Amino acid sequence: MRRVLPVLVVTAAIVVIWYAASVWMNSTWTLDQAERAGETPTFGQIVADTMAQDRPLLPPPHQVAAELWELTAEKKITSKRSLVYHGWITLQATMLGFAVGAIMGIALAIGIVHSRTMDMSVMPWAIISQTVPIVAIAPMIIVLSNAVGIDGRTVPKTIISAYLSYFPVLVSMVKGLRSPDAMQLDLLRTYSASNAQTFWKLRLPASLPYFFASMKVAVAASLVGAIVGELPTGAIQGLGARMLIGSQFGEPMIMWTALFAAAILAAGLVFLVGLLERLALRLTGQGAP
Amino acid sequence: MADRIEHSVKPPVIVAEDLNLTFQTSDGPVHALKDVTLTIGKGEFVSFIGPSGCGKTTFLRVIAALEQPTGGTITVNGVSPDAARRARAYGYVFQAAGLYPWRTIAGNVKLPLEIMGFSKAEQDERVRKVLELVDLSGFGKKYPWQLSGGMQQRASIARALAFDADILLMDEPFGALDEIVRDHLNEQLLKLWARTEKTIGFVTHSIPEAVYLSTKIVVMSPRPGRITDVIESPLPRERPLDIRDTPEFLQIAHRVREGLRAGHAYDE
Repeated sequence: MRRVLPVLVVTAAIVVIWYAASVWMNSTWTLDQAERAGETPTFGQIVADTMAQDRPLLPPPHQVAAELWELTAEKKITSKRSLVYHGWITLQATMLGFAVGAIMGIALAIGIVHSRTMDMSVMPWAIISQTVPIVAIAPMIIVLSNAVGIDGRTVPKTIISAYLSYFPVLVSMVKGLRSPDAMQLDLLRTYSASNAQTFWKLRLPASLPYFFASMKVAVAASLVGAIVGELPTGAIQGLGARMLIGSQFGEPMIMWTALFAAAILAAGLVFLVGLLERLALRLTGQGAP
Repeated sequence: MADRIEHSVKPPVIVAEDLNLTFQTSDGPVHALKDVTLTIGKGEFVSFIGPSGCGKTTFLRVIAALEQPTGGTITVNGVSPDAARRARAYGYVFQAAGLYPWRTIAGNVKLPLEIMGFSKAEQDERVRKVLELVDLSGFGKKYPWQLSGGMQQRASIARALAFDADILLMDEPFGALDEIVRDHLNEQLLKLWARTEKTIGFVTHSIPEAVYLSTKIVVMSPRPGRITDVIESPLPRERPLDIRDTPEFLQIAHRVREGLRAGHAYDE
């Protein structure tokens, strides 16, 4: 209970602020309409109106929740408006990009830890790659992959998603694989252990906590990457496409529901990684007693 | 005196002659070891004692081929430290137990056996035997965090003993433990030494510990790291804890203290 209370308080505060902001932002429209009709609405009337507009600037929580429910649970998933359908499109690219990014990050980290040359030559480029805004690169990746004859958007979306997710994995895994101290490494030297044995018996298991921390960041970054990959050049499928359509056609409800669908998806993915982490730590005896 | 003669005729296991080791640092060269000459016979228990920077740990690391000397010669079992390591001549115990938190106690003790390629059956048999040797039978399935500091260090000793090395090198193994646990482990270590007849090199800060355990005490001093005194202990090999109150014991302790004082520069 002591842990639930603060969480509830924070959540309630956010909802209250959200409602207040909804009233404030949507009231412009309400007052505008009233003025044209020559009416002067009371404060109660204004609030009531801001809660139920068709195209609210900032839809209040209950509207978003209702719309989310309609677009996920009540729509058939084959419908072009179903968020389950669009979420699934985005999830596919996310998972592909996540897999590619994670493998790439781990492989590069292994190389960097074992080779000073790779450390010097790869690490700077990895860092530079992250200073380039992804929204600048995304359209180029899509255009280039079309130019080399790749149909559809799965491949470019996967590339963009992997581009965002490999970096946190790389940085964490380099740190994790280097986490054994000098004494631990000396101990293995006294056994005349090979580099491969040092890797499998010491470095890899020691990096496990770092691995899972990076997986949580990477899976969320993959989702962002997939969505960014859907934004440019008129995609019509995926959560990113819904966000773009919503903003272009002045339909805030579409935008907000897509946004929340993405957030819920990300939370679910991070939660899933957390479960795997707990399982792995328990299997290796490191779980909390 | 017959005891001392018996010591000196034991075949030498570690022979160092004019050993030098100089580290190049940004502040100029540091003489970690200077002209160190020492012979350690089979079955001896040799303690290295001295203040920080006297080279006692460095010397142990040279024996273990973890450091390369810059001058002089050293042989372990008649060959170079490197060759001796490949022949599994020694087990090394560090100041911290350094057990892998993701492995059980048995799994930790098994680590060197896996690396050295022992068969599964032999691994299990050896783990059982060495855990019994350090009084940890029944703790094999526990994880390190479930054991006290003293028990963890015993497990790390078991790990060093698992592959039957003749030499046990211990670098302040009980330095991080409290005095009561330390006394207990010292007593156990002597029993283990008597049973296994290993040659032990033991680095310590503690005069009572050095005198209580050793057949030979090597007193060292810093800047440059060198040997200032080598004391052959006249104490019998069988040593109850209260031997530390006997005049002989106090006499050796006094000589160690004198050696430390003589070698210590009081200009800092």
